[in-house]
Amino acid sequence: MYVTQRSRSLNQQVKPKPEPTASPFLGKTPLDEAKAEMYEMSPLSPPSLPLSRKPHGKERIELEPAPVAEASAAVGAETREEKQWREMRLRADDLPGILARLSKIKLTALVVSTTSAGFALAPAPFDWPCFLLTFVGTGLASCAANSINQFFEVPFDSNMNRTKNRPLVRGQISPLLAVSFAACCAVPGVALLTWGVNPLTGALGACNILLYTCCYTPLKRVSIANTWVGAVVGAIPPVMGWTAATGSLDAGAFLLGGILYSWQFPHFNALSWGLREDYSRGGYCMMSVTHPGLCRRVALRHCLALVALSAAAPALDVTTWTFPIIALPINLYICYLGFRFYRDADRRSSRKLFFCSLWHLPLFLLLMLTCQRRGGAGGPQS
Amino acid sequence: MKASRKTWCTSNLRKALRRLVTLKHAEPGLQKPMVSPVKISVLTRSGEPEKMAQPRANAMEDVAQPLKLERGSECREAAPSQVSGFCPPRKSCHDWIGLPDKYSNLRPVHFYIPENESPLEQKLRELRQETQKWNQQFWANQNLTFHKEKEEFIHSRLKAKGLGLRAESGQKATLNAEEMADFYKEFLSKNFQKHMYYNRDWYKRNFAITFFMGKVALERIWNKLRLKHKKTRN
Repeated sequence: MYVTQRSRSLNQQVKPKPEPTASPFLGKTPLDEAKAEMYEMSPLSPPSLPLSRKPHGKERIELEPAPVAEASAAVGAETREEKQWREMRLRADDLPGILARLSKIKLTALVVSTTSAGFALAPAPFDWPCFLLTFVGTGLASCAANSINQFFEVPFDSNMNRTKNRPLVRGQISPLLAVSFAACCAVPGVALLTWGVNPLTGALGACNILLYTCCYTPLKRVSIANTWVGAVVGAIPPVMGWTAATGSLDAGAFLLGGILYSWQFPHFNALSWGLREDYSRGGYCMMSVTHPGLCRRVALRHCLALVALSAAAPALDVTTWTFPIIALPINLYICYLGFRFYRDADRRSSRKLFFCSLWHLPLFLLLMLTCQRRGGAGGPQS
Repeated sequence: MKASRKTWCTSNLRKALRRLVTLKHAEPGLQKPMVSPVKISVLTRSGEPEKMAQPRANAMEDVAQPLKLERGSECREAAPSQVSGFCPPRKSCHDWIGLPDKYSNLRPVHFYIPENESPLEQKLRELRQETQKWNQQFWANQNLTFHKEKEEFIHSRLKAKGLGLRAESGQKATLNAEEMADFYKEFLSKNFQKHMYYNRDWYKRNFAITFFMGKVALERIWNKLRLKHKKTRN
């Protein structure tokens, strides 16, 4: 049984799955099953025994001549296997960690930071209470969306190396609790955005949750269009930040949305290049599997679009003209890596592009903030 | 008492060993799964277990059943369709979850049956058990089919290239990622319809299980409140 294993450097290696001592499920090998029978038939201890289970094999009766070495090895395996069963009981001190993983807290942090960037870049006085409400509201909405996504994808996540340690997969939390948590985040989150900030931001937040959970998540298994829908999902948070500050959807909001939209493609397409085996086996429709040429073309196309959008920023009065100039080196670099990925189409170039995208975005937004056009509006002092 | 138990144990052990011998003489190489992949793929679109002829691969289960119940003095009673040899401690009143299965990568759950299980709780537990079985069969089949077809693809490509199955260094020859991409694309498009049916059924089951979990939780809360009310009245 092959399992793909990701090394530190995002490479996928195929290696035979290490033989577990005994499969606890239907997949138990016949030999293991027979061994299991042998020590299940050990003399049953009297009911007065303490509840701590003794390793059963040690009390095995020799009913038939059996290979002792094999049996004792299997005994060790059985007790090891028994120890690896976990009680599905939720403990209060485990809950914060579990909920953090359920809500994909790191991704949520990234989403909230793009919203904050949108808020800060908007040509309106920086209002701290409004900012905090937007921050919390968007964070809660993102937590809710991520939890529902994990709720839908349990068996698929189990089969992919990247996602097999999620809380629902490991049984650390029940589906009911996951859905309740999502509802407890979504309702206050959207309410906070609608009544604490403005209805437009609330509506965008609610739409984004629906888009992510009801469009993107099921679409992943149906059509490659999921990538474009996912890019829109990623583009909406900075737009929300902008509308929270200004109360309207200006050209600047669309520019920021466009930047995040374009960024998603080199980021995700490069990532998915190394996960093709898992996607194929799991039944996910991704460009990298079904249309590899398109995957690389789209990634390159959107790297170039980022250059164009950074030039559009001063034209739309979001930043000064210094911005496209000082952002040129990093933009050219990501375009270069995008071109290398397009031409070479190998794991090395995909990895390089992916890791570049990880630092490119925060740096890009930071440069935008430093070159922000301050036409009578406030904004964080650079 | 002990003598009769011994003879009964002996006969079951003999049965188990006999089955083991017949299974061992089956197809070598890849360890034979407990559920035949070929059987599943020609069955219903989403592989509903009730429409499937349960393969005799569950033979071990029949042997294990009476044995598990015998151990009731130490551990709690197992549900009729429990398949693992695992037995949780008696004082535990929760479900237990094991390691990911070798073939399906899904973690099996050992369900707890309370003494005063209500009809609703029973319905929920049976639905969860049935879904677990169904999921296990689908993914075990899926992964095994993938593995088998991948091997066949690699062999045919190596043959076409005129290379042997082993490189000069003695290691197993493989194809690079770009050559494998053709296989991944083909596998995905070939199984598209099967995935669609699986998705639809999985979503339905997931919603149903969660809905019943909610109902059971409400029922328990209601019962607790009723009990409290009775106590305060008395």
